[in-house]
Amino acid sequence: MRNWILERLTRRGILSSGIVAAGSAVVGALTSQRQATAQDDGAHHGGGTTHASRSAHGNMITVGDVDNAKNGFDPTAMLTDWERGSVSRLSDGRALRTFQVLAQDKEIEVAPGIIFPAWTYNGRVPGPTLRATEGERLRIVFQNGGSHPHTMHFHGIHSARMDGIPGSGEVLPGGEFVYEFDALPFGCHLYHCHALPLKRHIHKGMYGAFIIDPDPARHPEHAAVAQSRLLGTAENKEWQEFVMVMNGFDTNFDNENETYAINTIAHHFAKHPISVDRNRPVRIYLVNILEFDLINSLHLHANFFDYYDHGTTLTPTLRTIDTVMQCQAQRGILEFSYRNHEPGLYMFHAHQSEFAELGWMGMFDVREVTT
Amino acid sequence: MNEMVHSPSALSESASGAKPSRNVASLLWFVVPLLALCLAAAWLIASDWLKAFDTGSPPVERVTFERMILDGDGIHVKLRVGGSEPITIAQVQVDEAYWSFAQNPPGPLNHLSSAWLNIPYPWVLGEKHEIKVVTKTGTTFKKDIDVAVATPRPRLNQLGPQAFLGIFVGIVPVVIGMLFYPAMRGMGRQGLSFALALTVGLLVFLFADSLKEAMELVIKAAPALQGIVMVVIVAATTFTLLFAVGRRHGSPTGLALATYIALGIGLHNFGEGLAIGGAFAAGVAGLGTFLVLGFTLHNVTEGIGIVAPLIDNRPSLSTFVGLALLAGAPAIFGIWLGGLSYEPHWSALALAIGAGAILQVIVEVGAFLIRNAARHGATWLTPSTLGGLVVGIGVMYTTAMLVKV
Repeated sequence: MRNWILERLTRRGILSSGIVAAGSAVVGALTSQRQATAQDDGAHHGGGTTHASRSAHGNMITVGDVDNAKNGFDPTAMLTDWERGSVSRLSDGRALRTFQVLAQDKEIEVAPGIIFPAWTYNGRVPGPTLRATEGERLRIVFQNGGSHPHTMHFHGIHSARMDGIPGSGEVLPGGEFVYEFDALPFGCHLYHCHALPLKRHIHKGMYGAFIIDPDPARHPEHAAVAQSRLLGTAENKEWQEFVMVMNGFDTNFDNENETYAINTIAHHFAKHPISVDRNRPVRIYLVNILEFDLINSLHLHANFFDYYDHGTTLTPTLRTIDTVMQCQAQRGILEFSYRNHEPGLYMFHAHQSEFAELGWMGMFDVREVTT
Repeated sequence: MNEMVHSPSALSESASGAKPSRNVASLLWFVVPLLALCLAAAWLIASDWLKAFDTGSPPVERVTFERMILDGDGIHVKLRVGGSEPITIAQVQVDEAYWSFAQNPPGPLNHLSSAWLNIPYPWVLGEKHEIKVVTKTGTTFKKDIDVAVATPRPRLNQLGPQAFLGIFVGIVPVVIGMLFYPAMRGMGRQGLSFALALTVGLLVFLFADSLKEAMELVIKAAPALQGIVMVVIVAATTFTLLFAVGRRHGSPTGLALATYIALGIGLHNFGEGLAIGGAFAAGVAGLGTFLVLGFTLHNVTEGIGIVAPLIDNRPSLSTFVGLALLAGAPAIFGIWLGGLSYEPHWSALALAIGAGAILQVIVEVGAFLIRNAARHGATWLTPSTLGGLVVGIGVMYTTAMLVKV
């Protein structure tokens, strides 16, 4: 009888609990246990993804695809969608660049099938990538069409009156405020809502990249570098520039993120790799605005990059690294090239595995472009 | 005044001339209220005036995890949903990673409907996993797999060994308990009181235990099933039915009473079998030698209880066999079914039926005990009955410590 029970225990692979003295002997005998294996049957989930990019992630991926048209924005298009505003001349000859921004409540799809009640700038998360040139006068006409008070707090140099905090540039629903300051310092910056509670206003989606290109005339010692950073120049056109805002969404409002991404949509760049010409260098404006989690990061597979913290220098602050860490609101510029690589799919993702597995994961599709 | 004078003739007219029409009228009065209900419902749906209460809040959503199967293809989860609007399962996370899944049947799930999610996840033997379902509204529902083991499939070659286990925890102890029968016969009147009180004591324990287990299980079931209400109603109905059936020819005594006790205990052992089978399936309990022995010891008292009302009879051997099978064999069926990863409300149902049946025998054995005392001109409240009661509950409680992991 006793032998029979022990035999059964062994064959069935029942785990020992503390109560079973002989338990430890049982655990060793589990070889007959069939281990589950991931079946690569992603095909029926479909969604316009290349087979190769899918196979890199196996089954560890969101099911389906997001309706970008309904959202009104596409994370891929956002990579290169620079909001330049309109330019006029001041009496002193300086450029005056004016941006129009509207705060709106909007339900957006942050991962396939998951709808998030967001607060947005211009109906998109992240908000428009405002891009100016060092030394210009900036005027941001901010209207609040949302249901709560909002602000635009710029990371830059400005007066207290223009800080975009409660009591200083806060806009009630239906109201308007014009922020005005000089575009300084050059670099990779951001703006976000600073209405209270701050945490809620940020994680609901009120943030965006704010890029100030260096004026080459002001930096004779690194004029060539500055020239390559200045949008619109021939030198700049040689670069493939992308803006990536690392964010996440707390869809059940428990102060933890359910989804992570760059440019909002979880797993978007895992399913839709970013096309890269291997013969032209890549420059990424990377901004971390992730709420709740202390840090975020970007790890580039199979390659190394130079890093300009905050983008406020024309020489790298970190050279030849493949992982960079950012706290919330930290940002920087990554520069690298695939010139010496063979074409193929090259992964990049947060090296917090949890973030990667919950959506912050993407691929570069490095190709030989013959033109 | 005139009307009052005329009314009797009017009444007699209708009474004499239109008996079928009165039947039609009474039938009509069954139809009218139902028609009124339909009208009220139709008006409520058509006019949609309830939207005046719409505060713009997101719909209420509830997801209950009913079954969980782990096998070579991964993890299979059976969900049941409840909510004010159909619920769409948008994504599935396993251990904080989005994982592909296939839903069967696909699409939004209506109130109270269920679906399987098949998740090709490479689970790790013996380790903990967490399933998190994210709905369209971003709400999450979590279920832990405390210890991952492959869910046993119903296989014919396992029925034998499982039956053997059922015999060992169900029938063997009852038979051993029954072996006290000759000794009990020699104990006299006080001995009989003691044995009957002991039976009541053990039944009280089993009643409380069944109810507790049933309550614990229904909490895990879908809220729409109204778990605790269901348990109480089922137990009360079972009690009433058995009580009514048992008292058709007066209060049951002797063999009839013993049969009812065996039935009640059998139902409880069925629930116990489900628990043991479920422990096999879920791998949550280490079902060791000590545990099996504990169940056996625990159930010996049941055998004593069953034969207590038979002390004045001289039942045949086949009667004993029948009673032992009635009380013990359900454990075998319980283990067979329990291993199949069933929904929790089914075991709750079985345990609630058992609780009702046990309550019936508590009443009947108690009544028998009091009658027996009265027949001898004594009060039932004697040291031997009190002692039996305390020993009955005490032994059951103490031996239960061996099996509660």
